[in-house]
Amino acid sequence: MMRSYSDKHNVQKKSYYNDRYFVAPQIPKEAVESDDVFANDLSVLKTKFEIQEAYIQKGQLVVYIDPKDNVSVLQTLRDELSYNFLSEHSAIDWLAKSGEFEIFYQMLSTSKRKRMRVKCFIKEKEVLKSVIGVYKSADWAEREMYDMFGVIISGHPYMKRILMPDDWYDHPLRKTYPLQGDEVAQWYEIDKIFGKEYRDIIGPEERDSARVDVNDTYRFAHLNHEVPFGAEPSQEKTVTDYQEEGGVFIVKKLKKEDAITLKERY
Amino acid sequence: MAQHKINYLQEAGLPVALTTVDKLVQWGRSNSLWPLTYGLACCAIEMMATGASRYDFDRFGTIFRASPRQADVIVIAGTLTKKHAPFMRRLYDQMPDPKWVISMGSCANTGGMFNTYATVQGADRIIPVDIYLPGCAPRPETLQYALMLLQKKIRTEKASRRLEPKRLV
Repeated sequence: MMRSYSDKHNVQKKSYYNDRYFVAPQIPKEAVESDDVFANDLSVLKTKFEIQEAYIQKGQLVVYIDPKDNVSVLQTLRDELSYNFLSEHSAIDWLAKSGEFEIFYQMLSTSKRKRMRVKCFIKEKEVLKSVIGVYKSADWAEREMYDMFGVIISGHPYMKRILMPDDWYDHPLRKTYPLQGDEVAQWYEIDKIFGKEYRDIIGPEERDSARVDVNDTYRFAHLNHEVPFGAEPSQEKTVTDYQEEGGVFIVKKLKKEDAITLKERY
Repeated sequence: MAQHKINYLQEAGLPVALTTVDKLVQWGRSNSLWPLTYGLACCAIEMMATGASRYDFDRFGTIFRASPRQADVIVIAGTLTKKHAPFMRRLYDQMPDPKWVISMGSCANTGGMFNTYATVQGADRIIPVDIYLPGCAPRPETLQYALMLLQKKIRTEKASRRLEPKRLV
């Protein structure tokens, strides 16, 4: 099926996800009863916990739980249902839509050869219990989730940022965070190394990667018309030989006319 | 006695070469540039290749040193993140004068493709750069050429301790 036509005037000035491409693909969901192993897993979970929603997508079971149950659900999955590996754990930012984070735990059972995903929703400031006592691999995943989204975890032994510096402001993977950084991020290294008063001397970041200015001699040299740093641009041709005319003491001068081209490599 | 007498003006000339102190000192410096063993990303792989036997940095007198106290060139080989920027500046400050900087590859020059919040948009925002080396990643030949250009630049500089002030402090 063809995508319906939309006006592409000035489309590059718009965010890409709200106009042209944002047709969120819907992966078909199947009933849990279609798979015996998953149906059994779900019935075990249902006897103990409140399950909000459950379905199979792409051959993987997806279960929505209450965020307060997260540790005990994962404990049950590991001890009783042999999901022995927490392969991925992070969050999805739905703050603009519903003020919530969607937390997911992606799990693998190597004996059953099945993957399943436990999901839950938490509010922005809500505290989520750490599952590090159940799965060790949650250690860095939870730290990264805190670093990137600002999801608050309780009970983690070393709750510090994992990727960004400790004194970083805000959480970069939130949808509201600008890709090129807020003001604190843009001046981070200048403020930290030189101090705020050097902002004026060094100047703002040059973010336009397509910008070319042959008259600007502060950034890149105009090829074959190089001038000293910051000098007036010149149309005079410059020689870009790497050795001086008279040669250098002891250093052998390369004579280009004596160079030979090899017939084959050896 | 007489048979050892040399006529300096007629035989092979005076056994004396005239030059300036600047030229002599800078000739020495330019032919024993010791870069810091310091790689940040994929450009560092090319830098290692340049140092290894096929391209052989040693023949330029360029030997990688593992301490900033012994180094006088720093090759910024790769993406400089904002988290790493203070460490980079500290390493540069630890190097004794005179010192030179080669900015290797697009990321170190301008931030390259990483037009994001976490990347320094050009290493020259942190430390003064002598040679900007384009490429992603530059081939070893390119780094050799940059080193030769740097040698040429050093030979034209003055040897005095009072160096020309560079842009960044």
